[in-house]
Amino acid sequence: MGAEEHIASQTPVRIDPARQREVAAALRTFMPEHTILFRSEDTRPYECDGLSAYRQLPMVVALPETEEQVARILRTCHEMKVPVVPRGAGTGLSGGALPSAEGVLLGMAKFNRILAVDPLARTARVQPGVRNAAISEAAARHGLYYAPDPSSQIACTIGGNIAENSGGLHCLKYGLTVHNVLRVRGFTVEGEPVEFGSEALDSPGFDFLALAIGSEGMLAVTAEATVKLVPRPEVARVIMASFAEVETAGNAVADMIAAGIIPAGLELMDRPATHAVEEFVHAGYDLGAAAILLCESDGTPAEVEEEIGRMKAVLAASGATQLKVSQSESERMKFWAGRKAAFPAVGRISPDYYCMDGTIPKKRLGEMLRFIAEMEGKYSLRCPNVFHAGDGNLHPLILFDANDPEQLRRTEEFAAEVLEKCVAVGGTITGEHGVGIEKINQMCVQFGAKEIALFLALKQAFDAHGLLNPGKNIPTLHRCAEYGRMHVRSGAPPFAELPRF
Amino acid sequence: MQGVQSAYADSLRAAASAGRSLCLRGGGTKDFYGGPMQGETLDLREYAGVVSYEPSELVVTARCGTRLSELEAELASRNQMIPFEPPHFGTGSTLGGCIAAGLAGPRRAANGLYYGAVRDYVLGCTLMDGRADVLRFGGQVMKNVAGYDVSRLLAGSMGTLGIILEVSLKVLPMPVARATLRFAMEEEEALAKLNEWGGRPLPVSASSWFDGVLCVRLEGAAAAVDAACMHLGGERAGEQEALSHWAGLRDHADPFFAQPGPLWRLSVPSNAGPIAFPDANRSRQLIEWGGALRWWRTEANTQAVRQAASSAGGHATLFRGGDRGAGVFQAHGPVMERLHRNVKNVFDPAGIFNRGRLYPQW
Repeated sequence: MGAEEHIASQTPVRIDPARQREVAAALRTFMPEHTILFRSEDTRPYECDGLSAYRQLPMVVALPETEEQVARILRTCHEMKVPVVPRGAGTGLSGGALPSAEGVLLGMAKFNRILAVDPLARTARVQPGVRNAAISEAAARHGLYYAPDPSSQIACTIGGNIAENSGGLHCLKYGLTVHNVLRVRGFTVEGEPVEFGSEALDSPGFDFLALAIGSEGMLAVTAEATVKLVPRPEVARVIMASFAEVETAGNAVADMIAAGIIPAGLELMDRPATHAVEEFVHAGYDLGAAAILLCESDGTPAEVEEEIGRMKAVLAASGATQLKVSQSESERMKFWAGRKAAFPAVGRISPDYYCMDGTIPKKRLGEMLRFIAEMEGKYSLRCPNVFHAGDGNLHPLILFDANDPEQLRRTEEFAAEVLEKCVAVGGTITGEHGVGIEKINQMCVQFGAKEIALFLALKQAFDAHGLLNPGKNIPTLHRCAEYGRMHVRSGAPPFAELPRF
Repeated sequence: MQGVQSAYADSLRAAASAGRSLCLRGGGTKDFYGGPMQGETLDLREYAGVVSYEPSELVVTARCGTRLSELEAELASRNQMIPFEPPHFGTGSTLGGCIAAGLAGPRRAANGLYYGAVRDYVLGCTLMDGRADVLRFGGQVMKNVAGYDVSRLLAGSMGTLGIILEVSLKVLPMPVARATLRFAMEEEEALAKLNEWGGRPLPVSASSWFDGVLCVRLEGAAAAVDAACMHLGGERAGEQEALSHWAGLRDHADPFFAQPGPLWRLSVPSNAGPIAFPDANRSRQLIEWGGALRWWRTEANTQAVRQAASSAGGHATLFRGGDRGAGVFQAHGPVMERLHRNVKNVFDPAGIFNRGRLYPQW
């Protein structure tokens, strides 16, 4: 049933040409002609984000160049009750920027200036269309960088990172976007200026900054952000550890943390993943191993020397069959290049792949890996595994051919089972890619009706008419009822015996 | 514990039907903080205990009435800690009060691994809202972007959104080594040095400046702490002396905080430079967080202090004493004010919880 709904939601909705003319005309009263697109050949590039299985032409695309224009677009759309879908670089993996057939797609890519880098305060003030990696490039001459490093960092924008609370390879030690953004200035759905957080370490009142980060563009539109920069470590070295069993590798992760070590990065790849990668980038991975762990230490040379020693001892005691420590920066980069190329490498061996993003408690890694192996058999589909093991964030990649509707159906059922298993073992359906449109049904498994109702009310507190990025992130209760998997905790709703007021 | 929860729900129902407000209270060690307490007290100490603790997951889940000292002792037995170093303004401080107040201690502005506020370490929570519904948000994993991040929103909400029944926190291993260095230095130079050191890969985990003395705490791998000591110079404080210095700042047991008169907390960008007192001859200052936190003892009028903080790019809170009726937290403009009321309404439409504690109007 879930899969049928998925497929149904991929059928593009027709655009009403009269409404389209009306909205485009209203926007063109104050926007230059080249910034308002509505012909399908012009709007086609915006029909999907990184989740290309879902496509929809936007009714109108608006590409503002000034904040004044952003505010006016929002005001106009609010008055006309037109939905607005904000978009950064469109690299998101959950369909968070999927356009609306009745709405305006608000492309923020032209806001691509780094406004200030302050080496003393260790902050950068940037526009939302600035690429993640560009911030670190600009800060490099001060010995500073922006820590969150999603794998799409050369293309993804900070505005999108804020919307999705993006993570990366180093968030176990350096945190997610929410830990590295000090302030977001932008506009409400009505086009009113608003500021969450500040350049101090806290702000009076409710922490709307924490609420806005990861809200998938549903509460406000970002026009500017101040991000935290951190000193670049003097050196970093990575250990490649081989394991004869995937589960042993999973257990080594828990052993590492229990030993009081927080690696700068801790990644797991199973054999199908290393084989796909090795053919593609020749990272030097041990192809005989059932799984490898990449374990990084950074800091001063003396600190790294000490920590690498402790890490090696733990890995050896946990059953690693081979340990290889990077001997140079280029070798370290080579080890990481393999991990960072995992998705494209898998893309080479299969027409399509479906990337999952569940997070589970680390102690359940072994159990989860067994479960995924069972699902491979059940659905007759292959599924290489790459994990941000240190924080229990899984990216199993189901290989399939989208031209075969039967395979697509099996893939979606496979994915739904894995995500539901993540919830069952105490985890979550999405660690860093977001709910978007892709995992909206699984939200009904993760949360009960009361939590969903509260999320919808929170959305309303910021956006009374539900015009900002509608239909993403939070399912309606009706949709959950149709999906038929509303999560009821321990068999009964809490306080079933209490009267309600 | 189900019985305790039901009793809270009963109190909540009774208050709602009588149109009264409830004042949520743990150990009462922060009664002085926030707007004046109103309504009938609901004591939350009975809902106590560690629900789960997995050292290898770096996650602990405990009930609101759990004493901070007990929780920290349990973590210490596995060589772990609550990274943000929450203040204990008395022996009875509870986890619920710690999260609701959202106050972090000296480690807040640490370089690297230990950096972060209360909300940065909140992973999930169980909340009883104004309808007596028990809701769960977040979880027990580090990375979780499903739904809105309600659990982090609760940190610092002053109990105005509901009863925080349970909290899951990310914890960290205790540092292997530590050292405290002392330097004789005037304010301007101390602020400049702190910001400069913050931009270098040094394991600075806390700092303080008072009366011409800058103290810096280093925490991390032994090699990193030793190297930083060599590099920075200064005078190394004895271990006991250092422990009591940082605990004194964390818990406000330091003599600076014991003086009479209003205590202001100015939260400003760390590089804001020295900020002039509105009434220089009767004021004293203590600086923490690498320059981002300035404690003022001053009788200067509220508006002048708030103005000083705003001009520096931050905000001022009347932390202790003074005239508390007019609001202790800096007020918002109309849009933020509306959003605050809307959000309060989502959780507590009848306005039962902690009336006046965050803002006088609600």
